Amino acid sequence: MAQTTPLHAAHVAAGARMVDFGGWDMPINYGSQIEEHHAVRQDAGMFDVSHMTIVDLRGDGARAFLSRLLANDVAKLQTPGKALYSCMLREDGGVIDDLITYFLAEDFFRLVVNASTRDKDLDWIRRQAGAFALSVAERPELAMIAVQGPRATEKAARLLDTDTSQQALSLKPFNAISDGDWFIARTGYTGEDGFEIALPADVAEAAWNTLAAAGVRPCGLGARDTLRLEAGMNLYGQDMDETVTPLESGLAWTVALDDDRAFIGRQALERQKVEGVPRRLAGLVLEDRGVLRHDQPVHTAAGEGVVTSGTFSPTLQRAIALARLPTGDAGEVTVEIRGRQLAARVVRPPFARNGAVCDGVL
Amino acid sequence: MSNVPENLRYTESHEWIDNENNQAIRIGITDHAQAQLGDLVFVELPNPGDEFDQGDACAVVESVKAASDIYAPLAGEVVAINEDLEGSPELVNSDPYGAGWLFAIKPADPADVDDLLDAETYAQQQED
Repeated sequence: MAQTTPLHAAHVAAGARMVDFGGWDMPINYGSQIEEHHAVRQDAGMFDVSHMTIVDLRGDGARAFLSRLLANDVAKLQTPGKALYSCMLREDGGVIDDLITYFLAEDFFRLVVNASTRDKDLDWIRRQAGAFALSVAERPELAMIAVQGPRATEKAARLLDTDTSQQALSLKPFNAISDGDWFIARTGYTGEDGFEIALPADVAEAAWNTLAAAGVRPCGLGARDTLRLEAGMNLYGQDMDETVTPLESGLAWTVALDDDRAFIGRQALERQKVEGVPRRLAGLVLEDRGVLRHDQPVHTAAGEGVVTSGTFSPTLQRAIALARLPTGDAGEVTVEIRGRQLAARVVRPPFARNGAVCDGVL
Repeated sequence: MSNVPENLRYTESHEWIDNENNQAIRIGITDHAQAQLGDLVFVELPNPGDEFDQGDACAVVESVKAASDIYAPLAGEVVAINEDLEGSPELVNSDPYGAGWLFAIKPADPADVDDLLDAETYAQQQED
């Protein structure tokens, strides 16, 4: 039996096409995925992300614990509300998951981890937390709605009282505020401005309906995937997993090695840096007509690679992909699609953000 | 409920067949199929002159979500393709039985059409 979010009935009533996503019955679209995609790039859309796992860490040992758990440096979080994107790694440097950590108070940090990796993440976090003074508590009673797009914040502000909405609208990117059980973060997974809002499950449907009445378009997981891929954001389980390091996944910027923290996986990453990182995650734009898809083989001058995430980009009107390629000059690149070699160009992601195609991509 | 025109024939794999001109039988995908696939972004059609046996994979339609093979409902030779789909694959979504047709074939044996599903049977299959 699939799990459902507090917004499930609203999705079904809106005519959503529902699919299984990691054991959750979730909307893939409400009609046209492409129209939903454009709504987020040009106006405002909302996503039910209540399936994602919120984990609260409380206790004096929370900061020291995160300093060990995360490849990025939690010392970067000095102002309450500030967020940090990071991977947590195995000892061998493989990526267990990527997550966002929010600093709420010196004895209170909030993590948001992927739904598909919930069980192993909680298991790992609890196991590693043993030696530190802190409690680990999941927050399944909270729903989460991502409101994204150039007009998202102004439309979402009407969910909040005057004082909170003013604070929310003045949030800098990657910062959050709390108001009781409501939690408003200026974060997202689309390459657009917006909020990710955690709120009590019993008021989630009313909030969803208020947003819809304000002209925020319901968007499914389909548009979420094309938006994040255009924005050059990795999807755990596709673009990285336990068999690759962040250095091979376009995530070197999230690894802090210029300190002396003994974080889990550090030795493996330092060894890989000395020996040479064998693979990298690159962007591809297909020159020929067709659609790039996960697992298609990529032929480069430096050897064989593979598409990790591919799609048709509604903003570029071309097929785009993230691909894991051998390190070195790729030269002329082709992707094998149904037995044919189609020409592709290597680019540096992101492909599109803030309503427009990024420079140098087309 | 998806639209299933009375005058067409159908396959279990959701192709429709228009037998109005039995020298150039138009083939497309049903309203049900386009709704299942979602927004189409790319259509790969056969070349005029290609010959297929019944059941051969002969075209590919790709939505944002996935690629799907189209199977030849009849043995025969491709005599026309819908060139508008190269620039506007979304016609398959907006008008699956009209402007969104895929290709036309000249059947090896026009009587093969009689073996395909009629509208009532195909519609019944959707409900099962």
